Amino acid sequence: MIRRPDNMIVDVVVRLMVPAIQIFAFYVIFHGHYSPGGGFQGGALLAGSILLQRVALGTERSQLSFPVRYGLPFGIIGVFIFAGTGLFALIMGGQYLQYDAMPFGLTPVWLRNTGILLVELGVAFAVMGVLVSIYDSLACSSDEEGGRC
Amino acid sequence: MILAIISKVLLAAGCGFLIVGSLGVNRFPDFYSRTHAATKPDTMGLILSMLGLALYDGINLNSAKLLLIVIFVAIGNPAATHALGWAALSSRLMPWFRKGREPR
Repeated sequence: MIRRPDNMIVDVVVRLMVPAIQIFAFYVIFHGHYSPGGGFQGGALLAGSILLQRVALGTERSQLSFPVRYGLPFGIIGVFIFAGTGLFALIMGGQYLQYDAMPFGLTPVWLRNTGILLVELGVAFAVMGVLVSIYDSLACSSDEEGGRC
Repeated sequence: MILAIISKVLLAAGCGFLIVGSLGVNRFPDFYSRTHAATKPDTMGLILSMLGLALYDGINLNSAKLLLIVIFVAIGNPAATHALGWAALSSRLMPWFRKGREPR
């Protein structure tokens, strides 16, 4: 059962702002080579958009976009992307996080330029998942009656 | 030349609005008037400052980003203060009244 919004102005403004925040977060992640930004900042912006929904839209409606149970798996997947990039280069005969050892069919210069993007995506997912799950485990009481949030 | 003068006037006006807003936050008596003083002059001062910077920079990507900042501040800042005031009112925070004029 999903409640009506308590406050129409906050509801509409949050629904207007959240996609813009997420687009800006991906801009920060993908443009991190050339301008200030990168994986951590983009992940924090993504987590901020999720937490804005959590605070403003109520717990039931924010579950529709990002359920509570997705928080820790996103963090784990992010860490696996980050460590897996390094280990993949290690397995393919380079050193840890040596991007030009990865066999993607590009020139080593391109691989060094774009290999950091995989790491940044992993860091962004890890930061988003961990920040959202920290908020959820602070805000939701899974031990009391009801047990859902 | 004229654009530089206009942009400097806009920047000075924006800084004036920001100063007035911070003075109001210090001087006003209660929560509602303080949120009023914290939001309206800040929004106006930031819009004027960003417009001044955008005019100073000319038409390029940086001024487009500054105009995006203007749009999102103009949307988000009043909505945030509306949420604050609405939450205070719905938790029955009374506004400030002069002594002897409190409503029963």
